[in-house]
Amino acid sequence: MKLTGSKILLESLALEGVNTIFGYPGGTVINIYDDLMGSSIKHILTRHEQAAVHAADGYARATGKVGVAIATSGPGATNTVTGIATAYMDSIPMVVITGQVPTGLIGNDAFQEADLIGITRPITKHSYLVKDINDLARIIKQAFYIARTGRPGPVVIDLPKDVQIATAKFEYPETVELRGYKPTFSGNVRMVEKAVKMMLAAKKPVLYVGGGATLTDAHAELLELAEALQAPVTTTLMGMASFPTRHPLSLGMLGMHGTYYANMAVTNSDLLIALGARFDDRVTGKISTFAPHAKIIHVDVDPTSIKKNVRVDLPIVGDLLDVLKKMNKKIAEHKDEVAQAKSALKPWHEEIAAWRKEQPMTYKPSKTEIKPQFVIEKLRELADDDAIVTTEVGQHQMWTAQFFDFTQPRTFLSSGGLGTMGYGLPAALGAQAAFPERQVIDVSGDGSFQMNSQELATLVQYRLPVKIVILNNNFLGMVRQWQQLFFDKRYSQTCMELPIDFIKLAEAYGAVGFRASKPDEVEDVIRKAFETPGPVIMEFKVSREENVMPMVPAGAGLSEMVLRTA
Amino acid sequence: MRHTISVLVENEFGVLTRIAGLFSGRGFNIESLSVAPTLDPTLSRMTIVTSGDDRIIEQVNKQLNKLIDTIKVIDFTNEDFIEREMALIKVTAEESTRAEILRICDIFRGKVVDVTPKCYTVEVTGSPVKVNAIIDLLRPMGIKELVRSGPVVLGRGPKGWKGN
Repeated sequence: MKLTGSKILLESLALEGVNTIFGYPGGTVINIYDDLMGSSIKHILTRHEQAAVHAADGYARATGKVGVAIATSGPGATNTVTGIATAYMDSIPMVVITGQVPTGLIGNDAFQEADLIGITRPITKHSYLVKDINDLARIIKQAFYIARTGRPGPVVIDLPKDVQIATAKFEYPETVELRGYKPTFSGNVRMVEKAVKMMLAAKKPVLYVGGGATLTDAHAELLELAEALQAPVTTTLMGMASFPTRHPLSLGMLGMHGTYYANMAVTNSDLLIALGARFDDRVTGKISTFAPHAKIIHVDVDPTSIKKNVRVDLPIVGDLLDVLKKMNKKIAEHKDEVAQAKSALKPWHEEIAAWRKEQPMTYKPSKTEIKPQFVIEKLRELADDDAIVTTEVGQHQMWTAQFFDFTQPRTFLSSGGLGTMGYGLPAALGAQAAFPERQVIDVSGDGSFQMNSQELATLVQYRLPVKIVILNNNFLGMVRQWQQLFFDKRYSQTCMELPIDFIKLAEAYGAVGFRASKPDEVEDVIRKAFETPGPVIMEFKVSREENVMPMVPAGAGLSEMVLRTA
Repeated sequence: MRHTISVLVENEFGVLTRIAGLFSGRGFNIESLSVAPTLDPTLSRMTIVTSGDDRIIEQVNKQLNKLIDTIKVIDFTNEDFIEREMALIKVTAEESTRAEILRICDIFRGKVVDVTPKCYTVEVTGSPVKVNAIIDLLRPMGIKELVRSGPVVLGRGPKGWKGN
């Protein structure tokens, strides 16, 4: 039997196990939307195409499945760009389907035409313009395969309207054949052996864990490795929640706003074991003083990440989960040496304990003003253990990373690489759609929240009970902090001078809002919000000029942390 | 350092943009680039001349390999290879210089492929060094126009790429 292109698309999605998609209709996807009416796939109508892509991203990060978003041609398609770039920078598996003008009109400057393949080329793992209906099923199969394998990433399928209408025999291919794409999955055993030897010989090892640990669901194996070696663990923002922050071996986050002790440990280490991390500039600070005494082992599925920014003594290309399993197996074979190596680490742990004591991750509490860090601590205290927390980008994001102790994998969703303000709310929407029963919290600032606040409508319409925390300082706080520290307090365009009544805003959408202006109201507001069904805004009027500390100034080395605002 | 890299790619829509965009987006340098289909019409072969330090060239190779449409990448720099480029040179040919142009052409095993009363068009093939040399020799006569194909390369010896 022959099917139309739009039917083939939906059938193929179903065969890929997709049950929820996020999107926005329009002229060149109207056929797909018509067929959606009879489909088993649930579609969530966001209020902006950017939000649809972030929601698919949040869905993917929370579940580990490929997220799917759909938008129409032209402006619909260009609105997806920020969402695609966000997913690309953080290696999130995603398929974005965009409508395109009919093939005969492509290149004609037709109504709502944009060369999306051209626009998104540098921010996608791969992309397809489907010109022939007979290629459609194969392309969808390939797109999902490419999105989720190797180093995951977003794939765009640009689907002209006439291809959606054309018919073809539908046969979904069972296998994928791509002669140019064969990602290395299995880590080289001899390299793993060498790595284990280096680990057992190290006196000051540090495990430096990135988003790869989350993407491969390697938390159990990571814990096993850390405990077997008794090696301290620091994570990047993307690696957050893949190792429990309260574990005695946890050093918390490293880098620009990482902990003093994580940065000191990395700087003084003799062996840095990078696991699914890519030595981002926010992590390394000045490269020339980064881990100057350390040999570096780098495990990554993407060969281009290796030796891109730092010298590497032992590269291992492969899937992190596979490599960790092999490492753990090897370590288990060396019981005596492991015991010896562990006891040799005692002075290292003492050194770290001293740094930890010297500069713990802390803040100055206040009885009169709400400290944003205090809100995050209270949230942790009152939220469920498996609560999923999303953030926007800025000070609140760093405070969440610093003070919300994550204990379970895939519970921290944040735009790390691109740093996209407006990510958190739609990402929370996507995560909540995936897990209707779990607590989902978007931690936001008053600036970021307003970048996608229209998604309150989506939350209310689909009864997605996301709890939104707004740490309101009436500032674009992170930029203001930089202006305070590096631009002589010249607060150029960072004061959000118009005060917004976020409670009324919530009510306008049919949601609920609570506000706290004093520290003793914080707990009450959080409790009420968690008890209230449906989406809730919690607005906290926080101390306005609080800074994220400690901090490595841009261009400085990790050991040159500024510990507090002068 | 100058590197000559051959890339075997899917002969598909947009592949050239992906390769060119990769170079511009990451700040890599392209000195020349030539593309044409291979014996297998579904494949194209590109020859790219680029330059950079070891770290950059390693990234160029890895990033090229990372593209889904890339099937194989060979950096010929450390191998024994044949490198050829073609140039068409339109040179002013006065009565006094014609014989000299023909002599130079002869030495370089070039051909005069178009003749008018006032100019010759010379076709020459060889390594880029050789092409540079003939251009330098013809320059004093007055070069009116010049086009170079950019080099193409093949490894020496009996071994061939499976994909042609």
